[in-house]
Amino acid sequence: MKTYKQVFSELKGQNRTALIPFFVIGDPDFDTSVRIVKTAIDAGADILELGIPFSDPIADGPTIQKADIRAMKSGMNLGKALEFIRKVKDYKDIPIGLLMYYNLVYQYGIEKFFNDFHKAGVNSVLVADLSIDDADEIVGPAASAGLDTVFMVTPVTKPERMKLIASKTTGFIYTVSLLGVTGSRENLSGTIEGLVGKLKELTNVPVCVGFGISKPEHAATVAQAGADGVIIGSKIVGLIEDNLNDREKMLAKISTFLGEVKSAI
Amino acid sequence: MKYKGRFGDYGGFYVPEVLIPVLEELEEAFYRFYKDQQYVAELSQLSREYAGRPSPLYYAKRFSEHVGFKVYLKREDLLHGGAHKVNNTLGQGLLAKYMGKTKLIAETGAGQHGLATAMIGALFGMETKIFMGVIDIERQSVNVHKMKLCGAEVIGVEGGTGTLKDAINDALRYWTAHVTDTFYLFGSACGPHPYPTIVKHFQTCIGKEARQQCLEQLGRLPDMVVACVGGGSNAIGIFSGFIDDKDVRLIGVEAGGRSLSSGRHAATLVAGRVGILHGAKVYLLQDEEGQIHDTESVSAGLDYPAVGPEHCLLKDTGRAEYVAAEDDEALDAFGLLTKSEGILPALESSHALAYLVSQKGKLDSEQIAVVNLSGRGDKDVSIVEKRRPLGN
Repeated sequence: MKTYKQVFSELKGQNRTALIPFFVIGDPDFDTSVRIVKTAIDAGADILELGIPFSDPIADGPTIQKADIRAMKSGMNLGKALEFIRKVKDYKDIPIGLLMYYNLVYQYGIEKFFNDFHKAGVNSVLVADLSIDDADEIVGPAASAGLDTVFMVTPVTKPERMKLIASKTTGFIYTVSLLGVTGSRENLSGTIEGLVGKLKELTNVPVCVGFGISKPEHAATVAQAGADGVIIGSKIVGLIEDNLNDREKMLAKISTFLGEVKSAI
Repeated sequence: MKYKGRFGDYGGFYVPEVLIPVLEELEEAFYRFYKDQQYVAELSQLSREYAGRPSPLYYAKRFSEHVGFKVYLKREDLLHGGAHKVNNTLGQGLLAKYMGKTKLIAETGAGQHGLATAMIGALFGMETKIFMGVIDIERQSVNVHKMKLCGAEVIGVEGGTGTLKDAINDALRYWTAHVTDTFYLFGSACGPHPYPTIVKHFQTCIGKEARQQCLEQLGRLPDMVVACVGGGSNAIGIFSGFIDDKDVRLIGVEAGGRSLSSGRHAATLVAGRVGILHGAKVYLLQDEEGQIHDTESVSAGLDYPAVGPEHCLLKDTGRAEYVAAEDDEALDAFGLLTKSEGILPALESSHALAYLVSQKGKLDSEQIAVVNLSGRGDKDVSIVEKRRPLGN
């Protein structure tokens, strides 16, 4: 199973930045979602960030909320999520990070969740509503299951806390580019370059940037600031929403957009 | 954070990383000011002169005759704004002022907390935004209008079922983007630490007064203290005064909605399972996998699938008992108190009264129950009219 470490070191050799698209598993339905993810892989995705839909996604803006609703309406559940991940891994051995909310992990059973999802091919689980303060609830079980850890850093995270977060991170730091929830934005936050620079001074852990990256130029700026990866979610999930009546067009749009980002980084 | 914010294993602060600094700031400010002489003096003056504390303890004689034991009402409904919510909004609003914050946001279900926040926004000259589910806006339109008259902006939340849970989701999302200048004035003793501790602190005045009033007016402590539980702030407020009096039974009444067996209710402690929502590990109404259930109650203030962490602990230790009253029982109790005493209780508080009605014949005539009449029912008149038309 391919690791984050392998991907980041390969890319470093080529002087490239990782392209990390985000999708909600099962959006808008299981089969289309599989095709979307395969399209993203073909368009050059280096790592996948996949969301498991939750009824109350407090860290997400309207675009991802609607994707969650579409996925849940089409019957997405954790059993199907496992099947989905296995299908993607059969297509290509690409690292997969899950982004989700704690209650789903907790109800499934923390150890069992990490074991089952790691076995299916997941490299890490980022729990959006579990901060580093309570991370011990998952860090041990994640490590014994063989998972890497991914935690968030934001523009308001203090330097000493950044260090603490970095010390508990084995995969990559998910750097939130702005204050707010997920969602595409017209302009990139002005604080991101400084934030990436600060993190790079503090740690050798790979730094990936997400939230609000909506244009190839945004991605280029983030890459030039020294980020190891660029995470793009709402923008491409929006392309799903905008093209629900025409699946082929949907796939083409996603492919074109990711291709443009790929060449910008 | 300095403290873990745990009640047993319950509570904590399960929030996205971006909210940690602002919760830390809030925790630090609360512990700095809550015993500060000037702060305490200012809050106490406002509680007295603006909110109308202390609230009376009233012997509801005709209602008592109906149920067959002595019922005393802690009249939080008489406070400014018509509910206990003002205790908390004054405390937190003043804290916001001491912290130098200029903008307030709040979630609301029944609109009582929204109104109490809008009042404080007007009082302190702060820009105020209230998040409220679209269904609640429709069923609590009087309060919506009052909030707007106080100068608050009311933001309709469409997500989910358009009720309190969804209002909290959107308030948290908004706060995430505005952490630097905005104070989130949380309405109940639930959510992430430090809110359960802060809100309880500002509501303990209910229990302190009630206990003192019992000793002065009755010469003894009551046999039971009853309160409705949505998030649980009025209940924890009155329970806190009696928690060390082991012979006083504490009873929290949740919303039984249509019925418990129908699944269409909001009786979190009675029928829920432990999980994580809105920043806390608490009992939740959820499905097998952990997706949060839609709830249903005639009372918007109780229509919530989670509950405060301290109530979870009190349930597990058995110090408090939690039961549910259905919509129809609450509506009956609303009618009974109104007819027998000329007091319109809020539909939330009517759930607590419904429990007393259910105890008719089970307690002897000298036993004493204190009920927290947490709010007045003017806001609910149109709902009651719809469900129980008076005819011509």
